[in-house]
Amino acid sequence: MTDFTTLTLHEALDGLAKKDFSAREAMEAHLDAAEAAQGALNCFSVIDREHALATADASDARRAKGEAGLLEGAPLAIKDLFAVKGVETTASSNILKGFRPPYESTVTQNLWNAGATMVAKTSMDEFAMGSSNETAASGPVINPWKATGSDEALVPGGSSGGSVSALAAGISYGATGTDTGGSIRQPAAFTGLVGVKPTYGRCSRWGVVAFASSLDHPGPIAKTVKDAALLTQVMSGHDPKDSTSYPGAVPDFAAAVGRSVKGLRIGIPKEYRLEGMPADIERLWGEGAEWLKAAGAEIVEVSLPMTKYALPAYYIIAPAEASSNLARYDGMRYGQRIEGDDLIDTYEKTRAAGFGKEVQRRIMIGTYVLSAGYYDAYYVKALKVRRKILEDFNAAFEKCDALLTPATPSAAFGIGSKAKASPIEMYLNDVFTVTANIAGVPAMSVPAGLDANGLPLGLQIITKALDEETMFTVGAAIEDAAGFTAKPERWWA
Amino acid sequence: MNAPVSADTEHRYTLPGVTGEWEIVVGLEVHAQVLSESKLFSGASTAFGAAPNTHVSLVDAAMPGMLPVINRRCVEQAVKTGLGLNAKINLHSRFDRKNYFYPDLPQGYQISQFEFPIVGEGEIECERDDGSRFTVGVERLHLEQDAGKSIHDLDPNATYVDLNRSGVALMEIVSRPHVRSPQEAAAYVRTLRTILRYLDTCGGDMEKGQMRADVNVSVCRPGDYEAFRATNDFKHLGTRCEIKNVNSLRFIMQAIEYEARRQIEIIEDDGKIDQETRLFDANSGVTRSMRSKEEAHDYRYFPDPDLLPLVLEQSFVDGIKAGLPELPADKRRRFVDALGLSEYDASVLASDKDRADYFEAVIEGRDAKLAANWVNNELFGRLNKEGLSITESPVSPAQLGGLVDLIKDGTISGKIAKDVFEILWTEGGEPAAIVESRGLKQVTDTGEIERVIDELIAANPEQAAQVKDKPKTMGWFVGQVMKAMAGKANPQAVNEILAKKLLD
Repeated sequence: MTDFTTLTLHEALDGLAKKDFSAREAMEAHLDAAEAAQGALNCFSVIDREHALATADASDARRAKGEAGLLEGAPLAIKDLFAVKGVETTASSNILKGFRPPYESTVTQNLWNAGATMVAKTSMDEFAMGSSNETAASGPVINPWKATGSDEALVPGGSSGGSVSALAAGISYGATGTDTGGSIRQPAAFTGLVGVKPTYGRCSRWGVVAFASSLDHPGPIAKTVKDAALLTQVMSGHDPKDSTSYPGAVPDFAAAVGRSVKGLRIGIPKEYRLEGMPADIERLWGEGAEWLKAAGAEIVEVSLPMTKYALPAYYIIAPAEASSNLARYDGMRYGQRIEGDDLIDTYEKTRAAGFGKEVQRRIMIGTYVLSAGYYDAYYVKALKVRRKILEDFNAAFEKCDALLTPATPSAAFGIGSKAKASPIEMYLNDVFTVTANIAGVPAMSVPAGLDANGLPLGLQIITKALDEETMFTVGAAIEDAAGFTAKPERWWA
Repeated sequence: MNAPVSADTEHRYTLPGVTGEWEIVVGLEVHAQVLSESKLFSGASTAFGAAPNTHVSLVDAAMPGMLPVINRRCVEQAVKTGLGLNAKINLHSRFDRKNYFYPDLPQGYQISQFEFPIVGEGEIECERDDGSRFTVGVERLHLEQDAGKSIHDLDPNATYVDLNRSGVALMEIVSRPHVRSPQEAAAYVRTLRTILRYLDTCGGDMEKGQMRADVNVSVCRPGDYEAFRATNDFKHLGTRCEIKNVNSLRFIMQAIEYEARRQIEIIEDDGKIDQETRLFDANSGVTRSMRSKEEAHDYRYFPDPDLLPLVLEQSFVDGIKAGLPELPADKRRRFVDALGLSEYDASVLASDKDRADYFEAVIEGRDAKLAANWVNNELFGRLNKEGLSITESPVSPAQLGGLVDLIKDGTISGKIAKDVFEILWTEGGEPAAIVESRGLKQVTDTGEIERVIDELIAANPEQAAQVKDKPKTMGWFVGQVMKAMAGKANPQAVNEILAKKLLD
């Protein structure tokens, strides 16, 4: 009897190809696991059994006809930011309650074209705004991981918290996420998974509910680097419907996994050494460099002097774009509407009831920084910082082929533990990840070890634009050397 | 563009005030709908008159996750228009978002070009009603999306929204404040429309909303405008008010006239003009305040992150330039210089593309001056009388051309030609065949004319004798000859023979 929850994507594809089990069997097992776990983890936004089984049956039929694709029959979890035709898509917001898109996002379509099936849609921070998945309208998502000897419920990170929670609990062989400031890499690091944010433009944004257009990156979350490379490859590709889509061909990312790192120059950016950083993270970072060195890479110190301005710039650019992107949610054409006395009252009531606190906060910040008299001081300045950060990366990549940094400044923290803190403290979660969004360069987090409390920690690999292959090569080398095999103890079902 | 101008005393338009004379200064922002099959950022059709909400793509309805993709055709049309306005084409331009909430604006923002428009400075040579010309500077032309349509009168308690127009491409053409009278404003918009129609970049039909204007009006004292033009310093001009969305030439003139008088009255009453946005009420002919400067929207413009900067190759622009049609001013000049038409005839014919096309079809291989006469006088006169446009003319260019040929070669006289024209208008047919079958051919046989004249002189000896003293009385004989010959006698021959017989 196959334990479907422990397989990797590649193992599952192998089992499906050898007809050890059918797509339907795999799907049924996943649906059962999803339904059993939902009460404890709250990681799904929609479990549609009928839809899921239909995708599995269609897959079995394709395989029977000899038309199996690269991901044939593999159940995936889809972040609720991706439009899936006919399935409720709300970005975990009340304002989109009941919205069933009559269209399919390009990225999910690419996955279905490759034969993947969908087990469920996953919860997220509302409109992808958050780093703990506590802002979802449907309530916080719980991390399958717990600290050693503790029963405290932990956050899975965010905003792709539902996706990582489901995957870490063994419910799917891969998941989609979106990463605007770290929303794939940080939750992946918090749950012992691989998270990939490809180059801006690799994965189409068409059909993905927008948060901050110039920073939003769809990408995969997977159990292994090889799985992540395959998923990235399938999700990528030029999309004429997205003007910012990269028109070039997609390399064979999976082939980069297992290549030698010999001769690669790995940059260690000194600005990422933060004061007060947990010793475990500092130690793991050092170990990561040693592993690569032992595998034949050259370690070089590099400088990214603008790093400290990245987070402030991000928290101007992202809310600015969000304030405009979210203007369309006015209750007029779809989603939830609260009738008011007149038009303005209807707008106000609809948006007050539909958006949660964090979303409202960011809309207000964004509106403020774009308003007359503040535009130059905030928005224009932030764009200047953005250009400088890109120059930083360009200069660093003159000296190295990849950067190695910690993925997060901490391990997963307790649900509600930052509730009383200033929002800034939550924003600091993105301090290591946000620069890659600002520059649009590819970055991934790879699980590298556990902290003293038995919680997973990740290392981040950043490469220059369009060089995902080197990123996967280095990521696989870290994965290899780390030998990370820890799994959360199953308490949720 | 800011060259000093001297006061044009001949065309100076002034309004009297209690405290002296006033002049007006007007600048216009014309919104011209781009002629294109599909919208600026989506594949939905732009066809006019469809059932509500049937030409709406997912992008136009601003569904979650939808993205704009620029329509190349609209970019070509904007560049073509820019070239037609003798304007600078900016190879690097950018789309920005103009943010505001309204139900007929699904995205919550309009995609427009704020800081970097696709077309920069240019100028338009316009013509007043009396044929005199003036030049209006163009500040810029940019591309933007149109909004949908709110319909308030279907239900007393609800507003309906039609998104068919949402996302249709507009060119906003911003003039400098170089317009000095209501008539000049109308002339400017008319000229602009003619150019756009020549270029085939805008239909120009104001009734269908294909062209609308925001009109900026201020008043000043004589001399102030010239000071402004010399320095480009707006302090010389009065505070302006913007009248939004005026949709006919007549309304533009009315709105300017009313608004200028309103401002003069306030100023002369020791009041101050508030810079504000106003609406023109066509029913009452007055402008009303829509929102003050303080209430003005903060549109929070910023570069649209869904779109890359619009970068054009010079070769792309050159290609469009090479395919530009002849424009009205050039056509008028050619009509005068090459065809020998009068300034007036040339101007009337060139001022409308359809007329010019008709005329040029008529003159294929023919005498242009005679043809111009017939097109301008007989045909246009008749069309005007019947309230028809040139494209609705029952007489085709080939028919009119045939008629001109018959006059030219002396087959029929001008007088008979008018009768033939009437037959062509009401019954149709081929001019030569009509002349043939109805026996309308002009008699040039001098023998026959001479015989008629001899008979007339014999019958009226006293009158014949008078002619030597009063040569003007010969006209009576001419008339009698024509009458006797049913108008078919060649008038030149009649005159010559009469002169010989009566004057020599």
